[in-house]
Amino acid sequence: MELVFVIIAALTLVSAIAAMSLRNLVHCALWLVLALGGLACLYIQLSAEFVGFAQILVYIGAVAILIVFAILLTRGAGVGDKSPTVSGSWITSVCVGLLVLGSLVFSIVHSSAITRPLPQSPDLTVKKIGDALMTRYVLPLEVIALLLTAALIGAVIIAMRDEESK
Amino acid sequence: MIPLHYYLVFSALLFTVGLVGALTRRNAILVLIGIELMLNAANLNFIAFWRYGPNPEALTGVMFVIFSIAIAAAEAAVGLALIIASYRHYKTVNVDKIDRLNG
Repeated sequence: MELVFVIIAALTLVSAIAAMSLRNLVHCALWLVLALGGLACLYIQLSAEFVGFAQILVYIGAVAILIVFAILLTRGAGVGDKSPTVSGSWITSVCVGLLVLGSLVFSIVHSSAITRPLPQSPDLTVKKIGDALMTRYVLPLEVIALLLTAALIGAVIIAMRDEESK
Repeated sequence: MIPLHYYLVFSALLFTVGLVGALTRRNAILVLIGIELMLNAANLNFIAFWRYGPNPEALTGVMFVIFSIAIAAAEAAVGLALIIASYRHYKTVNVDKIDRLNG
């Protein structure tokens, strides 16, 4: 079990670093797909299978495709651009990142939650998730539906070519 | 069995990679990818705490992650629409060059 976790975690971390550091944007998007797939594997390993499959459907199926479309639509902006891909203040950014990592790891190591034993695997079925979504979490579900509709309309309006300004 | 802090440290590392990427990269799409990575790191924390928590039958962590994935999808759609709109206007996706409000 531990070996499986280490392999998946290392693969996910390496793909995330590659997704953030490569020069070719299409390669970045493909590495991002691998990182998101590794995270879905971790969800499944934590016996949250539904979330893992939702991750694959939503992130790899929709968000990654959206990102590839955006990369292809904004092509031509940086072709042949040999300037550095990172901004000039990268040292400050790396320092901020290391500070955040240090404080997170410090609080994780000193917390009392890490000694907690693993409880019995919960009997999590899709039927239970559906029941909870339709009873206890029905209000958040409706709000999410409204938010997705608003985001859909908003994205179309923002990206629409404004004719009157021409 | 895998202890809880393995997941927490891994998620902190993933968050840092996303944060440093979002802060350093010049391309606006890469900044958005960094934000997605940070969101995913937080989601992994939710799932890990739900799995190791005292009451997994309550499904709280799973529900939070499902809603968070939906919000992340909406955020990605609106964010990419904004990037495409600003690309049409400025002919660049380099966030260092979009500086009209810079005094």
